[in-house]
Amino acid sequence: MLEIVQTYWLYFLIGQYPNGPLGGLALTLILAACGLVLALPLGIAFGLARVSPWRWLRWPVTAFVFVVRGVPLLMVVFWAYFFLPSVTGVKTDQFATMLIALVVFDAAYLAEIVRAGIQGLPKGQMECARALGLGYGRAMRFVVLPQALRSMLPSLVNQFVSTIKETSLGYIIGLAELSFITTQINTQVFTKPAQVYAILGLSYFAMCFGLSRFAYWLERRLARRTSARTAPAAGGTA
Amino acid sequence: MIELQNVNKWYGDYHALVDVTESIPAGEVVVVCGPSGSGKSTLIRTLNRLEPIQSGHIRIDGQDIHAPGIDVNAFRSRIGFVFQQFNLFPHLTVMQNCTLAPVQLRGLSRREAQERALALLERVGLAAKADAWPSELSGGQQQRVAIARALAMEPPLMLFDEPTSALDPEMVGEVLLVMRDLAEGGMTMVCVTHEMGFAREVADRVLFMDQGRVLERATPDDFFNRPQHPRAQQFLSDIRSPFAPAV
Repeated sequence: MLEIVQTYWLYFLIGQYPNGPLGGLALTLILAACGLVLALPLGIAFGLARVSPWRWLRWPVTAFVFVVRGVPLLMVVFWAYFFLPSVTGVKTDQFATMLIALVVFDAAYLAEIVRAGIQGLPKGQMECARALGLGYGRAMRFVVLPQALRSMLPSLVNQFVSTIKETSLGYIIGLAELSFITTQINTQVFTKPAQVYAILGLSYFAMCFGLSRFAYWLERRLARRTSARTAPAAGGTA
Repeated sequence: MIELQNVNKWYGDYHALVDVTESIPAGEVVVVCGPSGSGKSTLIRTLNRLEPIQSGHIRIDGQDIHAPGIDVNAFRSRIGFVFQQFNLFPHLTVMQNCTLAPVQLRGLSRREAQERALALLERVGLAAKADAWPSELSGGQQQRVAIARALAMEPPLMLFDEPTSALDPEMVGEVLLVMRDLAEGGMTMVCVTHEMGFAREVADRVLFMDQGRVLERATPDDFFNRPQHPRAQQFLSDIRSPFAPAV
């Protein structure tokens, strides 16, 4: 196993770069990071639309969420790769295709997490913000959303971890991300598939585990910020 | 200041407010009482449009607040509302709870808003807790902060929806004292409460409600000593402790 690592580590990390396009672990990380950064705001926007009092906003987004949730990501990737260019006339490269598919897919799932987070808050919070005279938008922004995002952190991280693993589907459209590169290495080594794929598995595990631990740390930190520095006084939770 | 004219409200088939007509002049302290489900909370929630009404008019300072097209946020910012469950914003400190609306809606600078909030926290006896989180406070303290937060918008009218019902008994007094202090300062107040001692001592007028109707309106003295409506007589005899000596 060490031998494989010694021979192929650079290829595993960055693909053919600088003699070819960037690939490997670096590309997977970039793809996942871009996916998360773009999907989160879109997911929040869709989530807000899902709970919005305006039907013209709520209905199309609800339909979008149901459609995307009802199909496998693989199909979204295929659509983005084959169907979209035939409609728009613009041929996108594999990276852009995969990124679009990830963002669309994750935004739909994140929208549901955001919706659940908002609806899970006590109704009194929104009511009280409105009673103070804050409009719907400001009440959402300053009162509801900050609390909802905090409570949905574990679910968000769950989705983010999925996103990291979903980047591996880039393989089927020939994107030189980590899984694709590993398969190439396996073809070259030929005799040690178990070891080669063990390294792949470990790499994904390390990324996902790292993100989970970071989220756990963040959760603890946020909880410490708003809760008692000393034991809460009697009746404090009412 | 507040005029209700033939106000009707239904929840589906349930007639929650039946032809309520009432007038509350500025500076008056009105206590609304009655059995559970009598419509008193519904009534107070219609006064700042947290609940819509199906017919009738509610005018505050001459403005019909249920008319379509009025700026609901503007008129709400001039009415303080205190909830049974306090509803402090748990992700903000006591100070931030009290400055959010003034900074956002009145355009005060953060510093100005903080100075005013501190004075109000002083008034409710919690200036020392300005930097605390709501979760660090007792129920009574949270409710006092909620009152200070409502006062921060300098409303001429305060509505209280059972402000002491979610409190442990030993914390009721501190909240009622703050409310009495407000009443003595000339604030117009409408309070839904079960605290009959407060009604007796602080209210200018008591409204008794049952099944969505205002059945009796009287001074505290008349209401507690000479209730007219049989339902009010029944209510008063029911709430007297069975262990208290007959009077």
